[in-house]
Amino acid sequence: MEIKDSSIFRGITDFFSSLRLTMFLLITLAIISIIGTIIPQGTLPPEYLQTVSQKRLDFYHAMGFFDMYHSWWFILLLILLSINLIVCSFKRLPGIWKTITQPVLIMDEGLEKTLPNRAIIRSRADSVNLKEQVVAFLKAEFAAPVITEEDGVYHLFAQKSSWSRLAVYAVHLSVLVIFIGAIIGSVFGYKGFVNIPEGNSIDKIMSRSDKEINLGFAVHCEKFSVAYYPNGAPREFKSILTVLENGNPVPGYNRVPVIVNDPLHYKGITFYQSSYGKFGEHEFIISNPDGSNPQPIKVSSGGSVKLPDGSSVTLQETTPDISRFQPDQSGPAAQMNVHLANGEHKTFIVYSNNPVMNRMNISYTGGRLLEYKGGEEFMYTGLQVAKDPGVWIVWFGCTLMIAGIYVAFFMSHRRIWIRVENSTVTIGGNASKNQGAFQIFMDHLQTKLNNQLSAGDNK
Amino acid sequence: MTSSLLFNITTIAYLISMLCFFSHLATRNEQAGAVGSYTAYGGLLVQTVAILLRWKESYDLGMGHVPLSNLYESVVFFAWTIILIFMFVDLKYRYRIIGAFVVPFALFGMAWAQLGMNSGIEPLVPALQSNWLLYHVVTCFLGYAAFAVACGVSIMYLIATRTGLAEEGKRGAILDMFPPARLLDDINYKSIMIGFPLLTLGIVTGAAWANYAWGTYWSWDPKETWSLIVWFVYAAFLHARLTRGWVGRRAAWLSIIGFVATIFCYLGVNLLLSGLHSYGGK
Repeated sequence: MEIKDSSIFRGITDFFSSLRLTMFLLITLAIISIIGTIIPQGTLPPEYLQTVSQKRLDFYHAMGFFDMYHSWWFILLLILLSINLIVCSFKRLPGIWKTITQPVLIMDEGLEKTLPNRAIIRSRADSVNLKEQVVAFLKAEFAAPVITEEDGVYHLFAQKSSWSRLAVYAVHLSVLVIFIGAIIGSVFGYKGFVNIPEGNSIDKIMSRSDKEINLGFAVHCEKFSVAYYPNGAPREFKSILTVLENGNPVPGYNRVPVIVNDPLHYKGITFYQSSYGKFGEHEFIISNPDGSNPQPIKVSSGGSVKLPDGSSVTLQETTPDISRFQPDQSGPAAQMNVHLANGEHKTFIVYSNNPVMNRMNISYTGGRLLEYKGGEEFMYTGLQVAKDPGVWIVWFGCTLMIAGIYVAFFMSHRRIWIRVENSTVTIGGNASKNQGAFQIFMDHLQTKLNNQLSAGDNK
Repeated sequence: MTSSLLFNITTIAYLISMLCFFSHLATRNEQAGAVGSYTAYGGLLVQTVAILLRWKESYDLGMGHVPLSNLYESVVFFAWTIILIFMFVDLKYRYRIIGAFVVPFALFGMAWAQLGMNSGIEPLVPALQSNWLLYHVVTCFLGYAAFAVACGVSIMYLIATRTGLAEEGKRGAILDMFPPARLLDDINYKSIMIGFPLLTLGIVTGAAWANYAWGTYWSWDPKETWSLIVWFVYAAFLHARLTRGWVGRRAAWLSIIGFVATIFCYLGVNLLLSGLHSYGGK
């Protein structure tokens, strides 16, 4: 019974430690990750909904395709990859550890045969003298050797960067560290969003999962501004924010400028400049073309006016004084947009004191006369809010990964064994990687040792 | 002298270089290969000056930013990194013929940028105003370029090991100039060993930047996801080296697939999908 159990256990470990599984998981992850780059994720845009059938929509929903990177099957693959990493490491690490901590100190015949870089150097010196010379040479040219004496024969062993054999496990560990950081971030942190009108404060934000979160302090938006390049492209979005504790500004957090790529951090919560817009209310008057039957309408910034014929026009922008843009006009004006029956979008201006011009818009406004009376507007700033206590673990994991990959690829464990007998020095070595470079190094080393020893002989 | 003129000279240099490499391939003329290499190096030098000059020109226009801010500038930089990596391979291995399979990538990039794209210097939108731009773009493209070289060498490997051609004696005149298949396999592996850490660094700097600018280091944006797909493919390639069934032609195919994924990550995502990296938008 016990034998059977252990063979099942063996079977499971073999399965989870196999490179085939690694290859399968990496290639499967690469292929199925494509799904989420083609099918929209999260909130589905209405344009997308129009293009797919209900049947397909239901299927995608059932498969979790609209949030595939959090679906059970994607997470399962990541868990399998993690198990694969862990089992592989546990299986191979003890052997590697032994290679590092208990190196083979003596080059016997069996080992000698496996070494591709072997050389025999002859010398007239006796073994003690020879050993002294070779030890000094190795120390100067490579690394200080460990010396073992056996029946008058000296065995020298020297190595470099033995720990580089661990690098690949550090890379594997780093993947797990990044996963742990991501999990901590998603359990103990949140991502959210808040709009703050100029001159207002907020102490709550909405998380992405539509939960209200109390910050425990307040953020006040003093001002929001946009700066432009000469060609009209935006150059800078800037909010001036103040952190308030119990209604009082916190020293050091008073009137802090926050721009894109320069967020505000306070108590582990970070505020990022993300969007902006206008809050405001505008008054319009809608009447018959001759001005009779006037009715006031209130429209919010960016809102729409519903016209009696069922069509609607959208308020795009307003100005308290149109003369800045059209010198021959004056007073407040509003820029409107209408979606015509033929599918065309048309933009037009509604004035406050120019019924003649306003009458030209009648075909866009359902046959009625629209007049702008003015309004009040405030800018608001849109801030992305994030709290992520796991982010430093993720950065640690990333650093470990890059350092690990560097060492794993570009450093190698190099070992040299030397046997010193009377008048004979046998030298051999191997490297865990980059055999070509090691061969050149060994050739160079052997030539140099040969020259030094023969120079000693000739003295 | 303007950077635009120098970029045109660069394009012509890469064209001449490619033609020399092709004639080297066709005629086995050693001199043609040497001229191909030196023209490519010359083009690289001119292009380096051109990129620096464009950088300076942006300051003269009062916008002052590193020339890595839109599709045009990134394609030009990609061509530069490809020739740079090619130069290292050429100097180290001395097989000129590799140029015939790598320089065309750079020429294609330059020709597309010079002929098909708006090359005007534009001001930097707020989202790109960060030092991370430089680190992120430079690491990504050096990685991409190493993958381009690996792809070119893998194509050579596939040609060299086509059934029937592999045996000595049956090799055609052209194949005689090819490096041995083992060496091609080795250059493929070494190039990916250079590219993979750089890609990793590129993804990490991108994540760090995203976290700094938006508060999320990873949001499964199509660009991010595709960079991860590329990372998976090359991670599979590196692990494949440790198994028996995946060396040789299969490894070469994996390297080519990796580069196709890289190009999709770089261009396809912008031109075909939507997301945060909008420089390909128009």
